[in-house]
Amino acid sequence: MIRVVLPHHLRTLAGVRKEVELEVAEPVTQAALLDALEARYPALRGTIRDSVSGQRCSLVRFFACGQDWSHEPADAPLPAAVAAGAEPFMVVGAMAGG
Amino acid sequence: MSTVRVLVGTRKGAFILTSDERRTDWQVSGPHFAGWEIYHLKGSPLNPNRIYASQSSGWFGQIVQRSDDGGQTWAPVGKDFVYEGVPGTHQWYDGTQHPWEFKRVWLLEPSLLDPDTVYAGVEDAALFRSTDSGQSWQELPGLRSAHGHLWQPGAGGMCLHTVVQDPGDPQRLYVAISAAGAFRTDDGGVTWQPINRGLKSEWELPDPNAEVGHCVHSIAMHPARPGVLFMQKHWDVMRSDNAGDEWYEVSGNLPSDFGFPIAVHAHEPETIYVVPIKSDSEHYPPEGKLRVYRSRTGGNAWEALTVGLPQTDCYVNVLRSALAVDTLPSCGVYFGTTGGQVYASADSGDSWAPIVRDLPPVLSVEVQVLS
Repeated sequence: MIRVVLPHHLRTLAGVRKEVELEVAEPVTQAALLDALEARYPALRGTIRDSVSGQRCSLVRFFACGQDWSHEPADAPLPAAVAAGAEPFMVVGAMAGG
Repeated sequence: MSTVRVLVGTRKGAFILTSDERRTDWQVSGPHFAGWEIYHLKGSPLNPNRIYASQSSGWFGQIVQRSDDGGQTWAPVGKDFVYEGVPGTHQWYDGTQHPWEFKRVWLLEPSLLDPDTVYAGVEDAALFRSTDSGQSWQELPGLRSAHGHLWQPGAGGMCLHTVVQDPGDPQRLYVAISAAGAFRTDDGGVTWQPINRGLKSEWELPDPNAEVGHCVHSIAMHPARPGVLFMQKHWDVMRSDNAGDEWYEVSGNLPSDFGFPIAVHAHEPETIYVVPIKSDSEHYPPEGKLRVYRSRTGGNAWEALTVGLPQTDCYVNVLRSALAVDTLPSCGVYFGTTGGQVYASADSGDSWAPIVRDLPPVLSVEVQVLS
């Protein structure tokens, strides 16, 4: 199972209290993971990436295994530790404001 | 005994304030959608327990929520606001053309005629309609054909913030856009015409005959007199007696005719309310005195309503959607401030008291009377 950590406001919107576990077919990519997340929690569609273009929302960031995955191609395989469920894929609201 | 429900949108969530018809003892529910910007909430006049809320975030975009039980529980509905065809461009701050881009929903206006129909006014300015209770949205693109390439954003963005429905003519709607002006459709939203003749905006629009480009802040109508419209413009309080075909100024003796909201008394079509703000550069009441002004003559002659409102050192603003009236026999008037206060008057504005004092900045106030 793939583990996904959502920021507070998206947990509230999705109605989940902690990290989310998802079945994602191989190869586990950012796009496949977000497809599965949005299929399970339709309220999240459009909040992480644009629902038409698929482009990441500008103030949302992705982290996995201590690395920033925000600028990696959506179809690039995620780290094996994420695919194996050992490490979570983290959706993070960017720091903004004063 | 009736119940009064006040729906308050703020920078950090929604609040629902309820009272019996005496309007002296209020219960506060919220924050709903804590931490999110709630630009507007409004209930259906045909099904008052159906309430729509515009929920947005600079991080996570636009959500639309609907409650079917008076705000006790909510569920997200459709949020795909896709402009019809090639969206094209509008005028940018520097005079160049800029692509139309959806940013947020400023206003949700349930239909007077059909409980499943609701309008959404959005930024960048356009009007959308849902006929399935918010599940899906379709633009009424004829509006942007009314010189849309000449529309430009005001300081708050290029937003469609006001929808007024003619209760006697289901084909007639009015909208207002900052900074494009006022528009009317007489065919249910297919075609639109600018209705800005008589508006004067010398500093921003040197052309006295400019059809669009006016910064209209709010429009109000009494349902018994649908051809009479009142407008708070950027500067100037205006009136039209012919459904917007021509406007004339009724600012009269106001201490400042800059402001954002305007409202009409529920039972007196010639009684109107505004909240003067010092200027476009200083968004707070003149002299630090929070005063609602009431005209019982449809404009020009105004009286300050001050009882119960702070008359020293008050520097809040009252935004365009943050003034509303109820329909009880002694008309209630309500407004919210950027300082987080919601004030209520149960006697048409003669006296005021705060319902709550310390909410986040208030963006919108709507009122429902429930039998």
